[in-house]
Amino acid sequence: MIDDVITSEQVEILLNDVLEVHGYDFLEYSHASIKRRITRLFAFDKFVSFAEFRYLIKSDKQYFKRFLEEITVNVTEMFRDPSFYKALRDDVLPTLGTYPFIRIWVAGCSTGEEAFSLAIVLKELNLLHKSLIYATDINPLVLEKAKKGIFPLSYLKGYSENYLQSGGTKEFSSYYIANYSLAKFDENLSEKMIFSTHNLVSDHSFNEFQLILCRNVLIYFDKDLQYKVFNLFDCSIEKLGYLALGSKESLDFWEKAKEYKRIKTEKIWRKL
Amino acid sequence: MAETVNQKECEALVIGGSAGSLDVLLEVFPKLSPKINFPIIIVTHRKASHESLLTYLLQSKTTLKVNDAEEKQSLNKGNVYIAPADYHLLVEKNRTLSLDYSEKVNYSRPSIDVTFQSAAEIFKQNLVCILLSGSNADGVEGLKIVNNYGGRVVVQDPKSAVMPYMPQQAISFVKPHLVLHSVEIADFINKLII
Repeated sequence: MIDDVITSEQVEILLNDVLEVHGYDFLEYSHASIKRRITRLFAFDKFVSFAEFRYLIKSDKQYFKRFLEEITVNVTEMFRDPSFYKALRDDVLPTLGTYPFIRIWVAGCSTGEEAFSLAIVLKELNLLHKSLIYATDINPLVLEKAKKGIFPLSYLKGYSENYLQSGGTKEFSSYYIANYSLAKFDENLSEKMIFSTHNLVSDHSFNEFQLILCRNVLIYFDKDLQYKVFNLFDCSIEKLGYLALGSKESLDFWEKAKEYKRIKTEKIWRKL
Repeated sequence: MAETVNQKECEALVIGGSAGSLDVLLEVFPKLSPKINFPIIIVTHRKASHESLLTYLLQSKTTLKVNDAEEKQSLNKGNVYIAPADYHLLVEKNRTLSLDYSEKVNYSRPSIDVTFQSAAEIFKQNLVCILLSGSNADGVEGLKIVNNYGGRVVVQDPKSAVMPYMPQQAISFVKPHLVLHSVEIADFINKLII
């Protein structure tokens, strides 16, 4: 007996529906991961029939919102990979600090933890006032959360440790107000953020940036889609601007990789 | 029993373990045959800060090539792939690896369940999974799925495990094809070569 709740063929059917009806293209996402997300949602919402699941995704707008939120991975942290934030603090941002104005794009920002981490570093380098952080995601629901700058208090201890390891020197708790189980981050951190939906699969370049952060998003895309997104970033990064990826992601094998130079041991590349 | 178990071709071997499994891996690796003709995937629970250490350690014990698993990497025969800390490791239809930073499963990332299940869906009856020492039940659900697909399930004898809970849970809830003492595991793996 095989308890494959949702088969690979059914995943294809759903993803085709989603593209046709809702205009979101997940067909070039890594199959194993998206299949796992779909199977998880099916079980979590206690569906018994695939037909019913499919029908709801196709025709119920509310349920589709949930589908979109659940099949994209929205797990993120503040100051994840402290050595990465240390490189931003010590090398990348001081270099950008010589510019009159700094434009940063956090692509696939999810619930905003990276955008807020970045804002904290910029503030400590006294650069936040002349920076603008564009934080985008495919999913409007997570952007609503990101805008609020409210994170579960139980995570803050880990974030605070990450922050200190990344070279942070302030009292981390000075950046938020704790209230019951939540921590609300200082509004002057989000004053320089612009939140907007953007779909890396189908939307185009919308500005030129000196720094693009896109961490742990591309692992969910197949190789061809990764190259497409690199081309989109390439159109969106100024000369001598930076591109930062997740710790297991790489520009290797992309046709224009030679036009980018890697910074030290971090997953940060500079456009030549 | 070992004879019938070894009849099917092994297309991939996945080894999962938690606390106490490193000792077993260090015991098994020096004894692995250089003729191993399938990929070996290793999923163990460990701290994010110990990146690559396990890879170096195991590489020093074998002539097989030991890799930090990278996303979209092809699974090659005679290669060992170590699941990176803090990512789930999945297998794609085209026999490449995917990484996934979604929620922890059984308080674990990488989760052994996730890799066992994903590998089972791809390799079906030609998959062999071994669950080693550990102090939680991660891997047990995955082994059930491996079983359902007709893959082979091997569990370390809890008596030989530093932390017997994980293999004990597996024996209680899954019907393993074999329960092996840690000293027997290398020999079992070498006999999977066809």
